[in-house]
Amino acid sequence: MLLIRCPWCGERAETEFSYGGEAGIKRPAAPDRLSDPEWADYLFMRRNPRGAHRELWNHAQGCRRWFSAERDTVSYRIARTWRLDEEDSG
Amino acid sequence: MKYSAWSLFKNALRHNRNWPEAWRKAEPKKHYDVVIVGGGGHGLATAYYLASEQGVRNVAVVEKGWIGGGNTGRNTTIVRSNYLWTEAALLYEKSMQLWESLSRELNYNVMFSQRGVYNLGHTLQDMRDIERRVNANRLNGIDAEVVMADEIAKGIPFINTSPDARYPILGASLQRRAGVARHDAVAWGFARAANALGVDIIEQCEVTGLDVDGGRITGLQSTRGAIGADRVGVVVAGNASVVAQMADLRLPIESHPLQAFVSEPLKPVLDTVVMSNAVHGYISQSDKGELVIGAGIDAYNGYGQRGSYPTIEHAMQAILELFPIFSRVRMLRLWGGIVDVCPDACPIISRTPVDGLYFNCGWGTGGFKATPGSGWVFAHTIAHDQPHALNAAFDLERFETGALIDEHGAAAVAH
Repeated sequence: MLLIRCPWCGERAETEFSYGGEAGIKRPAAPDRLSDPEWADYLFMRRNPRGAHRELWNHAQGCRRWFSAERDTVSYRIARTWRLDEEDSG
Repeated sequence: MKYSAWSLFKNALRHNRNWPEAWRKAEPKKHYDVVIVGGGGHGLATAYYLASEQGVRNVAVVEKGWIGGGNTGRNTTIVRSNYLWTEAALLYEKSMQLWESLSRELNYNVMFSQRGVYNLGHTLQDMRDIERRVNANRLNGIDAEVVMADEIAKGIPFINTSPDARYPILGASLQRRAGVARHDAVAWGFARAANALGVDIIEQCEVTGLDVDGGRITGLQSTRGAIGADRVGVVVAGNASVVAQMADLRLPIESHPLQAFVSEPLKPVLDTVVMSNAVHGYISQSDKGELVIGAGIDAYNGYGQRGSYPTIEHAMQAILELFPIFSRVRMLRLWGGIVDVCPDACPIISRTPVDGLYFNCGWGTGGFKATPGSGWVFAHTIAHDQPHALNAAFDLERFETGALIDEHGAAAVAH
């Protein structure tokens, strides 16, 4: 069972959360000028790294707010979590 | 050496001390016509069909661990072909037809047992979807039928078909030709048969880089040195994105843990396969008597070959909902495989922007059933540098054209 630190509520069990996938995927600024390969990249292509992964989580059974996390996809250890409006200091 | 009743008898007289090894331990050569990355069932099948059907015999299979030690040895061994869309149905049906003669073809008993697979429906909408899928299957020449709760109660003695159940069983689709096979035997059988045709099977050889020169593959780097190759086929399931990155390719794949469990051995109690999308579990009984139970994927990306406890609990709840009789059965072992989940729950069997580099991935939660068919079409794709008609729709370009093949309904484990 993962213990996930919600930036607002503190540490809670993973069953309270839902997963939002890769973080930092930006909606295209000019969608009407996007080529098919660019659309495919935005919609479907993912980094899916073996190791550190920045991802979105939602505290679905708690405060229902979204936040970011950096988690290792092999050890599943969560290095840190932060609010979406917080500066991502890396 | 051909396996037969005679060879069994002869070796028994010698106290089984003289069985030859099923495949030789090969050392990597400097160069091959084709190198297959990944020694799971799909990779070994690809190598076998390259040698047997396509006449390409200067082939190596490189595997970072041991043969069949990944998802091939970590699944619930279910084989069926009742997919909704024509493209998928014909691909899985090709595989089904290969399964039906595979033991004879490989001279290896893969213990393919056509004991039938039930896909349960618990709501009116489930039943509408089941009828639609059964009709689609029959139009494609695939055996399928709709059965109602009373027939299910007769066919599966201990299942709970009470209308008072939390999720009452209304009916099911039934494919009688579907069933299970012995997963390890499939890997070993393909390895042995490929080896007999001259394929080098190189275990404990991890690929660390792909050599691309002027947009063309020239070979690969491995923990056992550089290996030159005219063509490279990558069949590495959950690690597809990792290997793709070595050639600067991006894939629409996310890797997730998928768990399965076996119970302590029981006397025969379940002689078919039962799957339910709605309560989210599937179950059969192995020849040793263990209940073989599958769960859904863990929601988050992972490469850890183990899953989360909430997912285990969820799968157990589903099984007990269907079979209250198993409430005191103890689980013996559990494990996780890393599955490569594609957005449309269909595989990618495709050329890539790099000439001579081919990917076979994205089978997600349901690759085992496709093992022979996947190898058969991938061998054709590599040998001819173009897809067979059966896998033409499963190319990487479909994510640009939008021609996705949405099989979430028939894929059985929600993605």
